[in-house]
Amino acid sequence: MRAGVIVFPGSNCDRDIAVALEQSTGKPTTMIWHQDTDLPSDLDLIAVPGGFSYGDYLRCGAMAAHSPIMREVKRRADQGTRVLAVCNGFQVITEAGLLPGVLMRNKDLRFICRDVHLKVEDSQSAFTAKYKVGDVIRVPIAHAEGNYFADAEILKELESEGRVAFRYCNDEGEVTDAANPNGSRNNIAGIFNKSRTVLGMMPHPERLADKKLGGNDGRAMFDALVETLA
Amino acid sequence: MKAKVHITLKNGVLDPQGKAVEHALHGLGFPEVAGVRQGKYIEVDLPKQKDKAQAKADVEKMCKSLLANTVIENFSVEVVD
Repeated sequence: MRAGVIVFPGSNCDRDIAVALEQSTGKPTTMIWHQDTDLPSDLDLIAVPGGFSYGDYLRCGAMAAHSPIMREVKRRADQGTRVLAVCNGFQVITEAGLLPGVLMRNKDLRFICRDVHLKVEDSQSAFTAKYKVGDVIRVPIAHAEGNYFADAEILKELESEGRVAFRYCNDEGEVTDAANPNGSRNNIAGIFNKSRTVLGMMPHPERLADKKLGGNDGRAMFDALVETLA
Repeated sequence: MKAKVHITLKNGVLDPQGKAVEHALHGLGFPEVAGVRQGKYIEVDLPKQKDKAQAKADVEKMCKSLLANTVIENFSVEVVD
């Protein structure tokens, strides 16, 4: 599997996700600058990393969504190239229209940086094939704007099409208000596009993908991508 | 010509920052405050544009493509000389 990571000014999880990808692929990851207009032709996965692209000016992800490279990312996504967008990356691709909804300010206005539990809601995608529906995984979040919002119609569509990938839950796997760190509608932590080829999520699987870091629940996502796309 | 753009959250969209400001105002002795909604104000300078209607149309396009996120925000554009 050949993976590329988009780098915006202000990205700061680009190297973390490259390290996690390389651990699973065994191959170097291509770093792609936001001003580039072309992507390598043989890319199987495009990662849009976390960080503070363009200093979060205007709205998180709004400026990055109009970077030159994003036009090409959208074109490839339309052709079925897998896109994994984490944290600020999720904000960028919702602003770019690749996924519906928007990430708003956290309910309590605070930046939250801690491990959370996620309930796996899908195991049919290239990202989640190594999880089982109902699995509870532990992954960190680190954001001030992760409060997923979409209107009732979009939420209904996401739910009825099974496009919620992960929900915030407690360590028992119960999806409760208390386990919702940021006020996201329906405890949504990550969603797919219609064809399940694009995944956007606020939690950082790349930050717990190696036991040396205190946990490796995130690794199964990168291993699944390699297995599916190799 | 100059465009004045007001961007506000749509009705029904929770505004945690506005809520926090509302609570702070109550704490400062303004119990009559029944609600606060926070938004953005943006000025766009268009010195070469002479056509007011065209300026408004252009800035509305800017709002739709970048300045506002119409999933959660409304915008209004006023053009002044």
